[in-house]
Amino acid sequence: MLKVSGLEVYHGWVQALRGISFSITEGEMVAVLGANGAGKSTLLGALAGLHRPKNGDITLNGQSLSGRAPEYIVRQGVSLVPERREIFSSMTVYDNLLLGAYHRYRSSKDEVIMDIKKIFDLFPALVGREAHTAGTLSGGLQQMLAIGRGLMARPRLLLLDEPSIGLAPLVAREIMSTLSALKKTGVTIILVEQNTAAALKVADRALIMERGQIVLSGGTDEMMGNERVQQAYLGRARMAQPAVVL
Amino acid sequence: MVDLSSQLLQLLFSGLTLGSIYALIALALVTTFNITGVLNLAQGEFVALGALLAASLFAAGLPLPLVFILTVAGVAILGGLVERSAIYPARGASSMTLIIITIGLSISLRGLALLVWGTDPLLLPAFSSGGPILIGGAAINPQSLWIFGLTAVTLAMLFAFFELTYLGKAVRACEINRTAARLVGINPGAMSLLAFAGSGAIGAAAGIFIAPLTLATYDMGFMLGVKGFVAAVIGGMNNVGGAVLGGFILGVLEIYSAGLVSSGLKDAVALLVLLAVLLIRPEGLVGVIAGRKV
Repeated sequence: MLKVSGLEVYHGWVQALRGISFSITEGEMVAVLGANGAGKSTLLGALAGLHRPKNGDITLNGQSLSGRAPEYIVRQGVSLVPERREIFSSMTVYDNLLLGAYHRYRSSKDEVIMDIKKIFDLFPALVGREAHTAGTLSGGLQQMLAIGRGLMARPRLLLLDEPSIGLAPLVAREIMSTLSALKKTGVTIILVEQNTAAALKVADRALIMERGQIVLSGGTDEMMGNERVQQAYLGRARMAQPAVVL
Repeated sequence: MVDLSSQLLQLLFSGLTLGSIYALIALALVTTFNITGVLNLAQGEFVALGALLAASLFAAGLPLPLVFILTVAGVAILGGLVERSAIYPARGASSMTLIIITIGLSISLRGLALLVWGTDPLLLPAFSSGGPILIGGAAINPQSLWIFGLTAVTLAMLFAFFELTYLGKAVRACEINRTAARLVGINPGAMSLLAFAGSGAIGAAAGIFIAPLTLATYDMGFMLGVKGFVAAVIGGMNNVGGAVLGGFILGVLEIYSAGLVSSGLKDAVALLVLLAVLLIRPEGLVGVIAGRKV
Protein backbone atom coordinates (compact mmCIF):
# COMPACT_ATOMS: atom_id res chain seq x y z
CA MET A 1 0.00 0.00 0.00
CA LEU A 2 2.85 2.39 0.86
CA LYS A 3 5.84 2.65 -1.40
CA VAL A 4 8.81 4.86 -0.60
CA SER A 5 11.59 5.17 -3.14
CA GLY A 6 14.86 7.07 -3.04
CA LEU A 7 13.62 9.43 -0.33
CA GLU A 8 16.02 12.23 0.56
CA VAL A 9 15.29 14.89 3.17
CA TYR A 10 17.51 17.74 4.32
CA HIS A 11 17.36 19.79 7.52
CA GLY A 12 19.06 22.93 6.24
CA TRP A 13 22.45 21.74 5.03
CA VAL A 14 22.32 18.46 6.86
CA GLN A 15 21.07 15.45 4.96
CA ALA A 16 18.78 13.56 7.33
CA LEU A 17 17.52 10.83 4.95
CA ARG A 18 19.72 9.31 2.26
CA GLY A 19 17.89 7.38 -0.39
CA ILE A 20 15.34 5.54 1.74
CA SER A 21 13.35 2.90 -0.13
CA PHE A 22 10.91 0.36 1.23
CA SER A 23 7.33 -0.72 0.83
CA ILE A 24 4.62 -1.93 3.15
CA THR A 25 1.64 -4.11 2.44
CA GLU A 26 -1.83 -3.66 3.89
CA GLY A 27 -2.24 -4.77 7.52
CA GLU A 28 1.47 -5.03 8.27
CA MET A 29 3.19 -3.59 11.32
CA VAL A 30 6.71 -2.44 10.57
CA ALA A 31 9.11 -1.31 13.27
CA VAL A 32 11.72 1.31 12.41
CA LEU A 33 14.65 0.99 14.77
CA GLY A 34 17.90 2.80 15.23
CA ALA A 35 19.92 5.08 17.47
CA ASN A 36 19.12 8.72 18.20
CA GLY A 37 19.67 10.87 15.15
CA ALA A 38 19.42 7.96 12.72
CA GLY A 39 16.57 9.72 10.90
CA LYS A 40 13.61 7.69 12.19
CA SER A 41 11.48 10.65 13.22
CA THR A 42 12.42 12.51 10.06
CA LEU A 43 11.19 9.55 8.04
CA LEU A 44 7.81 9.60 9.78
CA GLY A 45 7.69 13.40 9.48
CA ALA A 46 8.34 13.13 5.74
CA LEU A 47 5.61 10.51 5.33
CA ALA A 48 3.16 12.76 7.20
CA GLY A 49 4.11 15.86 5.23
CA LEU A 50 6.00 17.73 7.95
CA HIS A 51 9.28 17.55 6.01
CA ARG A 52 9.41 18.20 2.31
CA PRO A 53 11.57 15.62 0.51
CA LYS A 54 14.24 16.95 -1.81
CA ASN A 55 14.24 13.78 -3.88
CA GLY A 56 12.34 10.55 -4.06
CA ASP A 57 8.72 9.58 -4.00
CA ILE A 58 6.12 8.45 -1.49
CA THR A 59 3.00 6.78 -2.86
CA LEU A 60 -0.01 5.46 -1.00
CA ASN A 61 -2.02 3.00 -3.09
CA GLY A 62 -0.47 4.47 -6.21
CA GLN A 63 -1.18 8.08 -5.28
CA SER A 64 1.80 10.35 -4.74
CA LEU A 65 2.05 12.05 -1.33
CA SER A 66 5.50 13.59 -1.57
CA GLY A 67 5.62 17.32 -1.03
CA ARG A 68 1.95 17.49 0.02
CA ALA A 69 0.88 19.35 3.17
CA PRO A 70 0.12 17.39 6.38
CA GLU A 71 -3.52 18.50 6.30
CA TYR A 72 -3.83 16.93 2.85
CA ILE A 73 -2.02 13.72 3.75
CA VAL A 74 -4.21 13.01 6.78
CA ARG A 75 -7.24 13.20 4.48
CA GLN A 76 -5.67 10.45 2.36
CA GLY A 77 -5.58 8.17 5.39
CA VAL A 78 -2.11 8.65 6.88
CA SER A 79 -2.13 9.71 10.54
CA LEU A 80 0.98 10.55 12.56
CA VAL A 81 1.09 10.30 16.34
CA PRO A 82 4.10 12.53 16.88
CA GLU A 83 6.94 12.18 19.32
CA ARG A 84 6.25 13.99 22.63
CA ARG A 85 2.54 13.41 21.91
CA GLU A 86 1.74 17.03 20.94
CA ILE A 87 -1.77 16.87 22.32
CA PHE A 88 -3.86 20.04 22.64
CA SER A 89 -2.87 20.42 26.26
CA SER A 90 -5.31 23.11 27.39
CA MET A 91 -8.32 21.39 25.83
CA THR A 92 -10.36 18.54 27.23
CA VAL A 93 -9.71 14.89 26.44
CA TYR A 94 -13.02 14.74 24.58
CA ASP A 95 -12.24 17.81 22.45
CA ASN A 96 -8.83 16.39 21.58
CA LEU A 97 -10.52 13.26 20.23
CA LEU A 98 -13.21 15.28 18.49
CA LEU A 99 -10.58 17.35 16.68
CA GLY A 100 -8.78 14.18 15.65
CA ALA A 101 -11.68 13.65 13.24
CA TYR A 102 -11.48 17.21 11.88
CA HIS A 103 -11.51 16.30 8.21
CA ARG A 104 -14.68 14.21 8.43
CA TYR A 105 -16.57 15.82 11.32
CA ARG A 106 -18.94 17.85 9.17
CA SER A 107 -19.92 15.03 6.87
CA SER A 108 -20.33 12.30 9.47
CA LYS A 109 -20.94 13.69 12.93
CA ASP A 110 -22.73 10.62 14.31
CA GLU A 111 -20.02 8.33 13.08
CA VAL A 112 -17.41 10.51 14.81
CA ILE A 113 -19.29 10.30 18.12
CA MET A 114 -19.43 6.49 17.75
CA ASP A 115 -15.72 6.40 17.02
CA ILE A 116 -14.96 8.33 20.21
CA LYS A 117 -16.78 5.58 22.13
CA LYS A 118 -14.56 3.02 20.39
CA ILE A 119 -11.44 4.91 21.49
CA PHE A 120 -12.64 4.72 25.09
CA ASP A 121 -13.17 0.97 24.61
CA LEU A 122 -9.63 0.66 23.30
CA PHE A 123 -8.19 2.72 26.19
CA PRO A 124 -10.42 2.07 29.22
CA ALA A 125 -7.98 4.09 31.36
CA LEU A 126 -9.32 7.24 29.67
CA VAL A 127 -12.92 6.51 30.66
CA GLY A 128 -14.23 9.05 33.18
CA ARG A 129 -11.64 11.61 32.11
CA GLU A 130 -13.53 12.98 29.11
CA ALA A 131 -13.81 16.45 30.64
CA HIS A 132 -10.27 16.53 32.10
CA THR A 133 -7.82 19.01 30.64
CA ALA A 134 -5.47 16.93 28.52
CA GLY A 135 -2.32 18.61 29.86
CA THR A 136 -3.11 17.43 33.40
CA LEU A 137 -3.06 13.73 32.45
CA SER A 138 -0.13 11.46 33.27
CA GLY A 139 2.37 10.73 30.51
CA GLY A 140 0.85 7.31 29.82
CA LEU A 141 -2.68 8.65 29.53
CA GLN A 142 -1.46 11.48 27.29
CA GLN A 143 0.14 8.90 25.03
CA MET A 144 -3.10 6.92 24.90
CA LEU A 145 -4.94 10.13 24.08
CA ALA A 146 -2.44 10.97 21.34
CA ILE A 147 -2.88 7.52 19.77
CA GLY A 148 -6.65 7.85 20.17
CA ARG A 149 -6.59 11.21 18.45
CA GLY A 150 -4.51 9.74 15.65
CA LEU A 151 -7.03 6.91 15.22
CA MET A 152 -9.95 9.35 15.10
CA ALA A 153 -8.81 10.27 11.59
CA ARG A 154 -9.67 6.65 10.64
CA PRO A 155 -6.24 6.12 9.14
CA ARG A 156 -5.34 3.34 6.75
CA LEU A 157 -1.74 3.89 7.79
CA LEU A 158 -0.88 4.88 11.36
CA LEU A 159 2.56 6.31 12.06
CA LEU A 160 3.71 6.11 15.68
CA ASP A 161 6.78 7.98 16.85
CA GLU A 162 8.26 6.57 20.06
CA PRO A 163 4.99 5.80 21.84
CA SER A 164 6.74 4.26 24.85
CA ILE A 165 9.28 7.00 25.46
CA GLY A 166 9.39 8.34 29.00
CA LEU A 167 6.73 5.93 30.26
CA ALA A 168 6.86 3.51 33.15
CA PRO A 169 7.59 -0.04 31.88
CA LEU A 170 4.15 -1.28 32.86
CA VAL A 171 2.40 1.53 30.97
CA ALA A 172 4.70 1.08 27.98
CA ARG A 173 3.76 -2.61 27.91
CA GLU A 174 0.07 -1.72 28.02
CA ILE A 175 0.50 0.60 25.06
CA MET A 176 2.39 -2.05 23.11
CA SER A 177 -0.33 -4.61 23.73
CA THR A 178 -2.92 -2.10 22.53
CA LEU A 179 -0.89 -1.77 19.35
CA SER A 180 -1.08 -5.53 18.85
CA ALA A 181 -4.84 -5.31 19.29
CA LEU A 182 -5.00 -2.46 16.79
CA LYS A 183 -3.02 -4.42 14.26
CA LYS A 184 -5.61 -7.17 14.43
CA THR A 185 -8.27 -4.68 13.36
CA GLY A 186 -6.42 -4.30 10.07
CA VAL A 187 -4.69 -0.94 10.51
CA THR A 188 -1.29 -0.76 8.87
CA ILE A 189 1.27 0.59 11.33
CA ILE A 190 4.78 2.00 11.16
CA LEU A 191 6.25 2.05 14.63
CA VAL A 192 9.39 4.02 15.46
CA GLU A 193 10.87 2.85 18.72
CA GLN A 194 14.01 3.09 20.81
CA ASN A 195 12.81 0.15 22.84
CA THR A 196 13.97 -2.43 20.30
CA ALA A 197 12.95 -5.51 22.24
CA ALA A 198 9.38 -4.31 22.75
CA ALA A 199 9.05 -3.23 19.12
CA LEU A 200 10.35 -6.52 17.75
CA LYS A 201 7.84 -8.36 19.89
CA VAL A 202 4.79 -6.66 18.35
CA ALA A 203 5.92 -5.93 14.77
CA ASP A 204 5.98 -8.23 11.72
CA ARG A 205 9.00 -6.70 10.14
CA ALA A 206 11.74 -4.26 11.09
CA LEU A 207 13.89 -1.71 9.31
CA ILE A 208 17.09 -0.62 10.98
CA MET A 209 18.31 2.88 10.25
CA GLU A 210 21.76 4.36 10.70
CA ARG A 211 22.79 7.85 9.61
CA GLY A 212 19.74 8.37 7.44
CA GLN A 213 19.89 5.05 5.64
CA ILE A 214 18.22 1.69 6.01
CA VAL A 215 21.06 -0.67 6.85
CA LEU A 216 19.13 -3.81 7.60
CA SER A 217 15.62 -5.07 7.12
CA GLY A 218 13.76 -8.29 7.61
CA GLY A 219 11.21 -10.24 9.62
CA THR A 220 11.29 -9.68 13.35
CA ASP A 221 12.27 -13.26 14.19
CA GLU A 222 15.19 -12.98 11.85
CA MET A 223 16.14 -9.65 13.45
CA MET A 224 15.98 -11.07 16.96
CA GLY A 225 18.49 -13.68 15.91
CA ASN A 226 20.75 -11.25 14.08
CA GLU A 227 24.02 -10.81 15.91
CA ARG A 228 24.43 -7.19 14.86
CA VAL A 229 20.97 -6.30 16.10
CA GLN A 230 21.57 -8.11 19.34
CA GLN A 231 24.80 -6.30 19.98
CA ALA A 232 23.75 -2.83 18.94
CA TYR A 233 20.12 -2.68 19.96
CA LEU A 234 19.23 -5.47 22.32
CA GLY A 235 22.13 -4.87 24.67
CA ARG A 236 23.41 -8.42 24.56
CA ALA A 237 27.19 -8.58 24.54
CA ARG A 238 28.85 -11.13 22.30
CA MET A 239 30.43 -12.80 25.31
CA ALA A 240 27.09 -13.39 26.93
CA GLN A 241 25.81 -15.32 23.94
CA PRO A 242 27.35 -18.78 24.47
CA ALA A 243 25.18 -20.75 26.81
CA VAL A 244 27.67 -21.00 29.56
CA VAL A 245 25.45 -21.75 32.43
CA LEU A 246 27.39 -21.71 35.60
CA MET B 1 -15.62 72.80 43.84
CA VAL B 2 -15.55 69.13 42.95
CA ASP B 3 -14.25 67.00 45.79
CA LEU B 4 -11.34 64.65 45.25
CA SER B 5 -13.26 61.40 45.55
CA SER B 6 -15.78 62.31 42.86
CA GLN B 7 -12.94 63.58 40.69
CA LEU B 8 -11.15 60.25 41.13
CA LEU B 9 -14.36 58.42 40.26
CA GLN B 10 -14.79 60.62 37.21
CA LEU B 11 -11.29 59.78 36.06
CA LEU B 12 -11.91 56.11 36.73
CA PHE B 13 -14.92 56.14 34.40
CA SER B 14 -12.91 57.84 31.67
CA GLY B 15 -10.05 55.40 32.25
CA LEU B 16 -12.32 52.39 31.98
CA THR B 17 -13.89 53.74 28.78
CA LEU B 18 -10.49 54.23 27.21
CA GLY B 19 -9.41 50.87 28.66
CA SER B 20 -12.35 49.10 26.97
CA ILE B 21 -11.13 50.27 23.59
CA TYR B 22 -7.57 49.18 24.32
CA ALA B 23 -8.96 45.89 25.53
CA LEU B 24 -10.83 45.27 22.27
CA ILE B 25 -7.75 46.08 20.19
CA ALA B 26 -5.55 43.96 22.45
CA LEU B 27 -7.81 40.95 22.27
CA ALA B 28 -7.89 41.12 18.47
CA LEU B 29 -4.07 41.35 18.49
CA VAL B 30 -3.64 38.44 20.89
CA THR B 31 -6.07 36.18 19.05
CA THR B 32 -4.35 36.82 15.72
CA PHE B 33 -0.90 36.47 17.25
CA ASN B 34 -1.64 33.10 18.81
CA ILE B 35 -3.24 31.65 15.71
CA THR B 36 -0.87 32.96 13.08
CA GLY B 37 2.26 33.96 14.98
CA VAL B 38 1.89 37.37 13.35
CA LEU B 39 1.96 40.48 15.50
CA ASN B 40 -0.41 42.64 13.47
CA LEU B 41 0.75 46.22 13.97
CA ALA B 42 -1.91 47.33 11.48
CA GLN B 43 -4.67 46.44 13.93
CA GLY B 44 -5.15 50.13 14.84
CA GLU B 45 -5.82 50.93 11.18
CA PHE B 46 -8.82 48.59 11.22
CA VAL B 47 -10.20 50.77 14.03
CA ALA B 48 -9.61 53.96 12.05
CA LEU B 49 -11.13 52.49 8.88
CA GLY B 50 -14.16 51.36 10.88
CA ALA B 51 -14.68 54.85 12.30
CA LEU B 52 -14.18 56.58 8.93
CA LEU B 53 -16.32 54.22 6.92
CA ALA B 54 -19.12 54.40 9.49
CA ALA B 55 -19.03 58.21 9.52
CA SER B 56 -19.25 58.30 5.71
CA LEU B 57 -22.08 55.78 5.53
CA PHE B 58 -23.98 57.64 8.22
CA ALA B 59 -23.45 60.94 6.40
CA ALA B 60 -24.88 59.24 3.31
CA GLY B 61 -28.11 58.82 5.24
CA LEU B 62 -28.06 55.16 6.26
CA PRO B 63 -29.56 54.26 9.65
CA LEU B 64 -27.04 53.53 12.41
CA PRO B 65 -27.69 49.76 12.79
CA LEU B 66 -27.19 49.28 9.04
CA VAL B 67 -24.07 51.46 9.17
CA PHE B 68 -22.72 49.17 11.90
CA ILE B 69 -23.41 45.96 9.97
CA LEU B 70 -22.02 47.24 6.67
CA THR B 71 -18.90 48.71 8.27
CA VAL B 72 -18.08 45.63 10.32
CA ALA B 73 -18.61 43.37 7.31
CA GLY B 74 -16.62 45.70 5.05
CA VAL B 75 -13.58 45.92 7.32
CA ALA B 76 -13.76 42.16 8.01
CA ILE B 77 -13.53 41.55 4.25
CA LEU B 78 -10.67 44.04 4.05
CA GLY B 79 -8.93 42.16 6.90
CA GLY B 80 -9.29 38.95 4.90
CA LEU B 81 -7.96 40.61 1.74
CA VAL B 82 -5.00 42.00 3.64
CA GLU B 83 -4.21 38.51 4.98
CA ARG B 84 -4.44 36.87 1.54
CA SER B 85 -2.42 39.56 -0.23
CA ALA B 86 0.31 40.34 2.30
CA ILE B 87 0.49 37.74 5.07
CA TYR B 88 -0.36 34.45 3.36
CA PRO B 89 2.26 34.74 0.59
CA ALA B 90 4.92 35.31 3.30
CA ARG B 91 3.67 32.58 5.66
CA GLY B 92 7.01 30.82 5.84
CA ALA B 93 8.94 34.00 6.65
CA SER B 94 10.50 34.89 10.01
CA SER B 95 8.42 36.71 12.58
CA MET B 96 10.55 39.82 12.08
CA THR B 97 9.71 39.87 8.37
CA LEU B 98 6.03 39.44 9.17
CA ILE B 99 6.09 42.30 11.68
CA ILE B 100 7.73 44.55 9.09
CA ILE B 101 5.03 43.54 6.61
CA THR B 102 2.34 44.59 9.09
CA ILE B 103 4.11 47.93 9.65
CA GLY B 104 4.05 48.39 5.87
CA LEU B 105 0.37 47.49 5.85
CA SER B 106 -0.31 50.01 8.59
CA ILE B 107 1.38 52.80 6.61
CA SER B 108 -0.39 51.80 3.39
CA LEU B 109 -3.83 51.62 4.99
CA ARG B 110 -3.29 55.01 6.64
CA GLY B 111 -2.22 56.45 3.27
CA LEU B 112 -5.28 54.96 1.65
CA ALA B 113 -7.51 56.48 4.34
CA LEU B 114 -5.85 59.86 3.81
CA LEU B 115 -6.52 59.64 0.06
CA VAL B 116 -10.15 58.63 0.49
CA TRP B 117 -11.20 60.71 3.49
CA GLY B 118 -8.69 63.57 3.65
CA THR B 119 -7.42 65.15 6.85
CA ASP B 120 -10.65 66.63 8.19
CA PRO B 121 -12.15 64.79 11.14
CA LEU B 122 -15.53 63.18 10.48
CA LEU B 123 -18.40 63.10 12.90
CA LEU B 124 -20.56 60.23 14.02
CA PRO B 125 -23.33 61.11 16.49
CA ALA B 126 -23.64 59.44 19.89
CA PHE B 127 -25.79 56.28 19.80
CA SER B 128 -28.25 57.47 22.41
CA SER B 129 -29.40 60.98 23.16
CA GLY B 130 -29.56 62.45 26.65
CA GLY B 131 -26.99 63.93 28.95
CA PRO B 132 -24.41 62.25 31.12
CA ILE B 133 -25.55 59.88 33.85
CA LEU B 134 -24.50 60.91 37.37
CA ILE B 135 -23.07 58.21 39.61
CA GLY B 136 -21.57 59.16 43.00
CA GLY B 137 -20.89 62.72 41.95
CA ALA B 138 -19.21 61.68 38.73
CA ALA B 139 -20.72 61.97 35.29
CA ILE B 140 -20.59 59.07 32.88
CA ASN B 141 -21.18 59.59 29.20
CA PRO B 142 -23.85 57.24 27.77
CA GLN B 143 -21.48 56.46 24.89
CA SER B 144 -19.06 55.02 27.48
CA LEU B 145 -21.77 52.58 28.50
CA TRP B 146 -22.16 51.57 24.85
CA ILE B 147 -18.42 50.93 24.71
CA PHE B 148 -18.51 48.79 27.90
CA GLY B 149 -21.42 46.92 26.38
CA LEU B 150 -19.51 46.29 23.15
CA THR B 151 -16.53 44.96 25.06
CA ALA B 152 -18.74 42.65 27.11
CA VAL B 153 -20.64 41.38 24.06
CA THR B 154 -17.44 40.85 22.07
CA LEU B 155 -15.91 38.88 24.93
CA ALA B 156 -19.04 36.78 25.32
CA MET B 157 -19.17 36.08 21.59
CA LEU B 158 -15.50 35.13 21.46
CA PHE B 159 -15.96 32.87 24.48
CA ALA B 160 -18.95 31.16 22.88
CA PHE B 161 -17.10 30.78 19.59
CA PHE B 162 -13.95 29.28 21.10
CA GLU B 163 -15.64 27.08 23.71
CA LEU B 164 -18.87 25.96 22.09
CA THR B 165 -18.37 25.71 18.33
CA TYR B 166 -16.38 23.08 16.48
CA LEU B 167 -14.72 25.68 14.26
CA GLY B 168 -13.78 27.68 17.36
CA LYS B 169 -12.16 24.58 18.85
CA ALA B 170 -10.22 24.05 15.64
CA VAL B 171 -8.99 27.64 15.81
CA ARG B 172 -7.92 27.09 19.42
CA ALA B 173 -6.17 23.87 18.47
CA CYS B 174 -4.21 25.88 15.92
CA GLU B 175 -3.33 28.37 18.66
CA ILE B 176 -2.18 25.70 21.09
CA ASN B 177 -0.10 23.60 18.72
CA ARG B 178 0.03 24.42 15.06
CA THR B 179 1.92 21.29 14.02
CA ALA B 180 -0.49 19.00 15.81
CA ALA B 181 -3.41 20.92 14.32
CA ARG B 182 -2.05 20.34 10.82
CA LEU B 183 -1.61 16.64 11.61
CA VAL B 184 -5.33 16.28 12.33
CA GLY B 185 -6.14 18.07 9.08
CA ILE B 186 -6.70 21.66 10.20
CA ASN B 187 -5.50 24.09 7.55
CA PRO B 188 -3.64 26.91 9.32
CA GLY B 189 -4.04 29.12 6.25
CA ALA B 190 -7.82 29.06 6.63
CA MET B 191 -7.52 29.79 10.35
CA SER B 192 -5.20 32.72 9.63
CA LEU B 193 -7.73 34.15 7.16
CA LEU B 194 -10.44 33.78 9.77
CA ALA B 195 -8.27 35.48 12.42
CA PHE B 196 -7.57 38.51 10.22
CA ALA B 197 -11.19 38.85 9.13
CA GLY B 198 -12.25 38.54 12.79
CA SER B 199 -9.78 41.18 13.94
CA GLY B 200 -10.96 43.42 11.13
CA ALA B 201 -14.51 43.04 12.44
CA ILE B 202 -13.54 43.67 16.08
CA GLY B 203 -11.38 46.67 15.11
CA ALA B 204 -14.18 48.16 13.01
CA ALA B 205 -16.72 47.73 15.81
CA ALA B 206 -14.34 49.47 18.24
CA GLY B 207 -13.85 52.30 15.74
CA ILE B 208 -17.59 52.83 15.28
CA PHE B 209 -18.17 52.94 19.03
CA ILE B 210 -15.40 55.43 19.84
CA ALA B 211 -15.99 57.72 16.86
CA PRO B 212 -18.74 59.69 18.69
CA LEU B 213 -16.24 60.45 21.48
CA THR B 214 -13.06 61.09 19.53
CA LEU B 215 -14.20 61.94 15.97
CA ALA B 216 -12.91 59.86 13.07
CA THR B 217 -9.58 60.80 11.52
CA TYR B 218 -7.32 58.96 9.08
CA ASP B 219 -4.44 58.86 11.58
CA MET B 220 -6.33 57.84 14.73
CA GLY B 221 -5.34 54.19 14.35
CA PHE B 222 -1.61 54.23 14.91
CA MET B 223 -1.59 55.28 18.57
CA LEU B 224 -4.57 53.02 19.32
CA GLY B 225 -2.66 50.10 17.80
CA VAL B 226 0.37 50.88 19.95
CA LYS B 227 -1.79 51.09 23.09
CA GLY B 228 -3.51 47.84 22.20
CA PHE B 229 -0.10 46.24 21.82
CA VAL B 230 1.02 47.54 25.24
CA ALA B 231 -2.20 46.18 26.77
CA ALA B 232 -1.55 42.79 25.14
CA VAL B 233 2.01 42.74 26.49
CA ILE B 234 0.74 43.58 29.99
CA GLY B 235 -1.59 40.61 29.67
CA GLY B 236 1.15 38.31 28.44
CA MET B 237 0.42 38.03 24.69
CA ASN B 238 -1.11 34.57 25.00
CA ASN B 239 -4.16 35.22 27.05
CA VAL B 240 -7.37 36.91 25.93
CA GLY B 241 -8.48 37.57 29.51
CA GLY B 242 -5.07 39.06 30.25
CA ALA B 243 -5.30 41.31 27.21
CA VAL B 244 -8.63 42.69 28.40
CA LEU B 245 -7.29 43.26 31.90
CA GLY B 246 -4.18 44.87 30.40
CA GLY B 247 -6.40 47.23 28.40
CA PHE B 248 -8.29 48.37 31.49
CA ILE B 249 -5.09 48.78 33.54
CA LEU B 250 -3.49 50.88 30.81
CA GLY B 251 -6.60 53.01 30.26
CA VAL B 252 -6.98 53.81 33.94
CA LEU B 253 -3.25 54.50 34.41
CA GLU B 254 -3.22 56.85 31.45
CA ILE B 255 -6.23 58.85 32.55
CA TYR B 256 -5.07 59.10 36.16
CA SER B 257 -1.62 60.29 35.19
CA ALA B 258 -3.08 62.73 32.68
CA GLY B 259 -5.73 63.98 35.11
CA LEU B 260 -3.71 64.10 38.31
CA VAL B 261 -0.21 64.91 37.06
CA SER B 262 -0.03 66.31 33.56
CA SER B 263 -1.97 65.65 30.39
CA GLY B 264 1.33 65.47 28.51
CA LEU B 265 2.04 62.21 30.35
CA LYS B 266 -0.82 60.30 28.73
CA ASP B 267 1.08 58.64 25.89
CA ALA B 268 4.37 58.45 27.77
CA VAL B 269 2.70 56.31 30.43
CA ALA B 270 1.88 53.58 27.92
CA LEU B 271 5.47 53.32 26.78
CA LEU B 272 6.79 53.44 30.35
CA VAL B 273 4.43 50.62 31.28
CA LEU B 274 5.60 48.65 28.23
CA LEU B 275 9.24 49.08 29.26
CA ALA B 276 8.50 48.20 32.87
CA VAL B 277 6.59 45.03 31.97
CA LEU B 278 9.23 43.89 29.49
CA LEU B 279 12.03 44.48 31.99
CA ILE B 280 10.39 43.13 35.12
CA ARG B 281 7.87 40.58 33.96
CA PRO B 282 8.17 39.84 30.24
CA GLU B 283 5.72 36.93 30.49
CA GLY B 284 2.98 39.42 31.37
CA LEU B 285 0.98 39.96 34.52
CA VAL B 286 -1.57 37.22 33.99
CA GLY B 287 0.24 34.80 31.73
CA VAL B 288 1.35 32.59 34.54
CA ILE B 289 -1.58 32.93 36.92
CA ALA B 290 -4.19 32.05 34.34
CA GLY B 291 -2.04 29.47 32.57
CA ARG B 292 -4.82 28.71 30.13
CA LYS B 293 -5.20 30.36 26.79
CA VAL B 294 -8.46 31.95 25.59
